[in-house]
Amino acid sequence: MALRKKNNLSESAGIDASENAILNKETEGLSQGQIVFRRFVRHRAAMVSVFFLLFIILFVFTALDYKIGSKDKPFTIPGWWKYGIEDLPELQFENCPNGTVGCPTIDAVPYFDGDGMMLGAHPFGQDDIGRDYFALVMRGAQRSITVMFIIGAIAATIGTVVGAISGYFRGWTDAILMRFTDFIITIPSIIIGSVVGYHFGNLGVIFLAVYLGLFAWTGLSRLVRGEFLSLREREFVDAARVAGASNRRIIFKHILPNAIGVIIVSVTLLMSGAILLETALSYLGFGVVAPDVSLGLLISQYQDSFTTRPWLFWYPGIFIISIALSINFIGDGLRDAFDPRQRRRISRKEREEARQIQRSAKA
Amino acid sequence: MLSYITRRLGVLFVILFGSSFILYNLAAISGDPLEGLRTSTEPNAKQQIITLTRELQLNVPPPLRYFIWLKGILGVFSGNIDFGKTRDSEQVIDAIALAIPTTIRLVTAATIIAIILGITLGIVTALRQYSRFDYSMTFVSFLMFSLPIFWVAVLLKQYLAIQFNDFLANPDISLPWILGISAFSGVFWSAVISGTRKRVLQIFAIAALSTALLLEVLSSLKWFANPGLGPVIIFILGIGIAFGVTQLSTGISNRQALNAAISMAVIGTISYFPAQWAFETSRPRLALLIMAVITIGFAIASANVFARVDKGAVIRTAVITAVLVALLVILDQLMSQWAPYMANDAVNYRPVPTFGQTRDWFSPVPFWTRTLDILIHLILPTIALTLISFAGYIRFSRGTLLEVLNQDYIRTARAKGLTERTVIMRHAFRNTMIPISTIMVVDFAGIIGGAIITERVFGWTGMGTLFNKAIGSFDLNLLMGVFFLTASLSVLANLVADLLYSALDPRIRVGAGK
Repeated sequence: MALRKKNNLSESAGIDASENAILNKETEGLSQGQIVFRRFVRHRAAMVSVFFLLFIILFVFTALDYKIGSKDKPFTIPGWWKYGIEDLPELQFENCPNGTVGCPTIDAVPYFDGDGMMLGAHPFGQDDIGRDYFALVMRGAQRSITVMFIIGAIAATIGTVVGAISGYFRGWTDAILMRFTDFIITIPSIIIGSVVGYHFGNLGVIFLAVYLGLFAWTGLSRLVRGEFLSLREREFVDAARVAGASNRRIIFKHILPNAIGVIIVSVTLLMSGAILLETALSYLGFGVVAPDVSLGLLISQYQDSFTTRPWLFWYPGIFIISIALSINFIGDGLRDAFDPRQRRRISRKEREEARQIQRSAKA
Repeated sequence: MLSYITRRLGVLFVILFGSSFILYNLAAISGDPLEGLRTSTEPNAKQQIITLTRELQLNVPPPLRYFIWLKGILGVFSGNIDFGKTRDSEQVIDAIALAIPTTIRLVTAATIIAIILGITLGIVTALRQYSRFDYSMTFVSFLMFSLPIFWVAVLLKQYLAIQFNDFLANPDISLPWILGISAFSGVFWSAVISGTRKRVLQIFAIAALSTALLLEVLSSLKWFANPGLGPVIIFILGIGIAFGVTQLSTGISNRQALNAAISMAVIGTISYFPAQWAFETSRPRLALLIMAVITIGFAIASANVFARVDKGAVIRTAVITAVLVALLVILDQLMSQWAPYMANDAVNYRPVPTFGQTRDWFSPVPFWTRTLDILIHLILPTIALTLISFAGYIRFSRGTLLEVLNQDYIRTARAKGLTERTVIMRHAFRNTMIPISTIMVVDFAGIIGGAIITERVFGWTGMGTLFNKAIGSFDLNLLMGVFFLTASLSVLANLVADLLYSALDPRIRVGAGK
């Protein structure tokens, strides 16, 4: 063991040089954006998550009917699922275990259990009054995803602007804006969410999301400020200023593109926090309220029936976890892609090839 | 330094003032505390409205009413702080004083376990960077980040409480379970230790076989129905602990430390017998305190006997070993209470509860039964809280250690021929702990008010319950009381963290510059 370690050490200097050569060769002649994109594409978990998340979003948002216009004569855009959340089909109780009702008809195991895969009438089962649980979960997931994106968008905008202004102008502007940020950051998000959500939850999910977004930007603005404080001292900013660029132009055209990595990464992580915050608030009863549906609300309504009808509990939870998990992985991939110090792990094959090229160059 | 602290305290007051002002007005405009009474059909509704308005000064507009509240808080300087009254005309401060011990009991164990487990796993993943173990721990920690705690809690209730209770009724571990657990243990240990393929296979076989054997023995002895350790097992485990602690603390080659640690294991085992008597005295708390003093005294004394050079390291090793062995003795005492506890009418052979903080005893019970009961009630919430919070520690300590391992002083330490253990434990680990320790301080303060959902799910009545009640009934004073305590703790913790950082890392000088 000790011997191997020693070998590693003596080799490491040589390896460093050849690794650098391999890595430099790859980025030759590429713009920063292209380099980042390439690194991101190489992050396997992140790429899988991107496609998975896109799939979930498409799947969820096309499932149910959309009704636009007046309540009596709505214009309907049909979804691909046969039930809506207001339909009341009859409660099924054939083939259900232990005399329960409305059990799921989905069968995802092929052949081994005697029959093939099938969806059946109610793949996720039915709730107490017979509503199709698949439709409910789809609506809940729509709500949660909407809330997540709205919070992310609002927080990203406010956080970037506040952070950029206070970092760029410094002095009094900075002091006032950052004190204000401190005020809001001191209030835990679940407290502010509850106070806001309890009273605005019944105004609709969009309202709730906007209000939550208004308080979610603080962490981001601190990060952006830090980034701006260091970037504004760099030569390219001086150059732009000498060339006569206005403050606005310097902020948005020169500094912001350089800070975009930090912003994107932290907004992604903020969004995965947002979906958990929304479900937690709905669970506590301070978020989305009945008759509207949200994943957290579904879990809170049916947590006591876990022993008898576990499916009412499993499906919304699985959706929360898959959405939050894929966003976390995307965030991780983005962080790696934007990190200039990040070094890819070089496979043995590539190393061997580089060595051969070196040898042939020497010979 | 002093002027820095004064300045920071000044800023701290400004922040507390600003945030409480914002929250007060936000909460005040978002709901009307009299709404329920206005539409109520009770005959004395009108009377109640008048009383409440007078008591809570609801006729004053919120921004001004805030200053009435603030005046009460500022009473802290004259010695009579006043948080105002709740709607039930109870003093807010009394309600909080009742709730805090519960919350602290709830979060302390979870935080400590999360920190220890998270840092250990983080270090192992960093040392095995890019291994399969690293990748799977990364996945696990992202999974933990994405888990809603209320969802985990329900799963825990089902599988760890209800089904585990069913299992305890007939504690036979079935063959599939033994195979599954052994295979998992084999995979886990071979991934952690790792090495060449042959070595990995060996470790897998050893770990899996020993786990299977252990489970089979425990199952056939009906150990779960009547658990206990006894002096023999305490001795064996104690020797194991002695070797493990010495290896991590000073390295096995340090004979002085090893001898001191082993002597502590032996003394611990011998003290098992007088301890049995001490546990049964009429004042068990006092006995425990005296035992703690004696344990540490013995450890220091024996370290002094064995140590010739480098006394500090030997004392450290001996004390850690002694404390761990003493905990084993206490664990054995708790286990010996298990059978009578199970048979108690209030427990009725379903020990792991899904709800509440303690049981309602039908008759007074002895100290050890009560302690066991409190601990058992802590199991589920602690696991839930640990699961969702330790992922952060894994990621953070992994990142920090990787950064530290790239530093020049690590290269220097290796170059001068130090053993890998010394490099990791003395040079890398200690520097990793600097940023982690500051995070721990902030974390501790944050969770006092942060276990709102956990308390709701598991039916505890701590700060979270007060908070829920305050929101649900528009109880502004109660809400502000809970918030003020949480916020003061968190800003204070940030200050302490900064000071701690500068104390631990001489490169950082607080207050320098301006």
